[in-house]
Amino acid sequence: MSDLAIRSYLPPVIEVESQDELLEVAMGPHHPSTHGVFRMDVALDGERVVRLKPVFGYLHRNHEKIAEKTTYLASMPYTDRLDYFCSMTNNWAYALAVEKLAGIEVPERAEYLRVITAELTRIQNHASAIGFLLQEMGASGTPLMYAFREREKILDLFESLSGSRMMCNYMRFGGCRVDLPADWLDAAKLVVAGLPRFIDEIEALLTSNEILMARSQGVGILKPDLAVNAGVTGVMLRATGVNYDLRKVDHYGIYDRFSFRVPLGEHGDIYDRYMLRVLEMRESVKILEQAIPQLPDGPILDPKSKPRGFRPKPGEAYGRIEAPKGELGFYLISDGTGNPYRYRVRPPSLINLTILEDMCLGQNVADVVLIFGSVDIVLGEVDR
Amino acid sequence: MLGEGILKGLAETAKNFAGSFVSEDRLTTVEYPEQRLLPIENTRDFPFLVYDGEDPEAGLRCVSCQICEKECPPKCIYIVKSTDKKPDYVGKPQFYPARFDIDISVCMSCQICVEVCPFEAIKMDTEFELSTDDRFGGLILDKHKLAKSNEHFQRIHPTEAAEVDARLAEEKEKVEAKAKAAAEAAAAKSAAEAAARKADAGSAGSNAEGVKP
Repeated sequence: MSDLAIRSYLPPVIEVESQDELLEVAMGPHHPSTHGVFRMDVALDGERVVRLKPVFGYLHRNHEKIAEKTTYLASMPYTDRLDYFCSMTNNWAYALAVEKLAGIEVPERAEYLRVITAELTRIQNHASAIGFLLQEMGASGTPLMYAFREREKILDLFESLSGSRMMCNYMRFGGCRVDLPADWLDAAKLVVAGLPRFIDEIEALLTSNEILMARSQGVGILKPDLAVNAGVTGVMLRATGVNYDLRKVDHYGIYDRFSFRVPLGEHGDIYDRYMLRVLEMRESVKILEQAIPQLPDGPILDPKSKPRGFRPKPGEAYGRIEAPKGELGFYLISDGTGNPYRYRVRPPSLINLTILEDMCLGQNVADVVLIFGSVDIVLGEVDR
Repeated sequence: MLGEGILKGLAETAKNFAGSFVSEDRLTTVEYPEQRLLPIENTRDFPFLVYDGEDPEAGLRCVSCQICEKECPPKCIYIVKSTDKKPDYVGKPQFYPARFDIDISVCMSCQICVEVCPFEAIKMDTEFELSTDDRFGGLILDKHKLAKSNEHFQRIHPTEAAEVDARLAEEKEKVEAKAKAAAEAAAAKSAAEAAARKADAGSAGSNAEGVKP
């Protein structure tokens, strides 16, 4: 970047003289920038944020307890509704945990289908995350609509594959539910071939935009040691320069077979997070370009798995994947019955949100909206 | 130069604006009630019950086994089993649902009922214009509203319906062949029995006192 002058601007942290002078503002739960229902109790000294308390729980739907009262299979459609932008990766994480618990093997073709759908999910999630970030910056509509135009093509692929655009409910323990429709691969190739052009377009529109740089460089800085200590994962962590991507670290699925790189940030500010999402989309396109031609023939579901009467042996398992928002994990304890004894979700959105105050302190109140938007959360996953 | 990036971005939006006049691909929206997109074959929203033939009551495939009721994640299916039986598609007497309600305000379109049904009796519909001003009764679909013909299923999901029809026809053939074989065996058996009885009767006359209790 040539505009280092903009980057070097850092807001001074002001010492508050008296607590009585502070203005308490409740941002949310019905603030347009809160992506749903989320409240931030902000204490302001003039324009500067002195204290910020996030308030969760408005969208709590008792997901974990419901899952402990129903069968293993019946929780699968509920996982779609955690992070409703990325139902494919949610399905995968849950299926992975149950497969670990019961020791089920996944056929080759299903592994490829999982990678293809997960990377498509990552692209559409990152595209809309950028769109929403710019929406909150005041670019009302254009980048978001461009992102949604592309997202729509991917959702059409999901609909023709699984029957639903967002609530896919596609993966099963030991594979996937249905095989590809007749001309799905050709349609997918067409969409993937158009994606680099879309990413170039987004970059031409935004990357060197002076307003974006002025608003996002040096704002909402997250330090690597704090990020690691707080358990932050995903783009948020990698923007601080920590090289941690579960696809490389955990070797789940068949990601070892594809060559792709993990983009890393340097400053940990909003601009780095934006840039990282763009670069990750490019890497996902690379993975898709390798995975689609390699797709082998064969069964898509382990013949031993059955929809009804699934009872894994007593034990526990933790399955985790690199979801678009970070490390998504499912922790299960089985007591040998048809229902899990304990069912716990490790939601990346919630854990990435816990350092919101540290990023916002000393910033302007208008930047709080941007910092919050750059975390890329979905309230369905935060509150569960 | 300051402002260069903004100009570059504006050029991109101008390209998109002008492009929509030239290229059909760039027109991404349709004006909904008048124009409609082609339906996608695998689309699903709410379940319906399949019946064969003309009569929705007689041809209903559901045998009221209540597996879908048990497996439904949000528990939106309500079934009352019949007390009498009616013949199913192969002629075997089976129970039928005296009552079959689905509350589509609770249903989350997950398709698990379809997956667990062993009788191919419940399938996913594509009808989505279901709004009603009656929020309680209007969103509970009963047996009569849910029953839709196999032809409807063949029209909305042709690939899946062809598979299901082939499988059912094969099963029916197998059952019929088995029934035929059983009938033949029974006929042969009865013929043999009759012959044996005849022979018995013939021999019974000659030495009646030889039969011991």
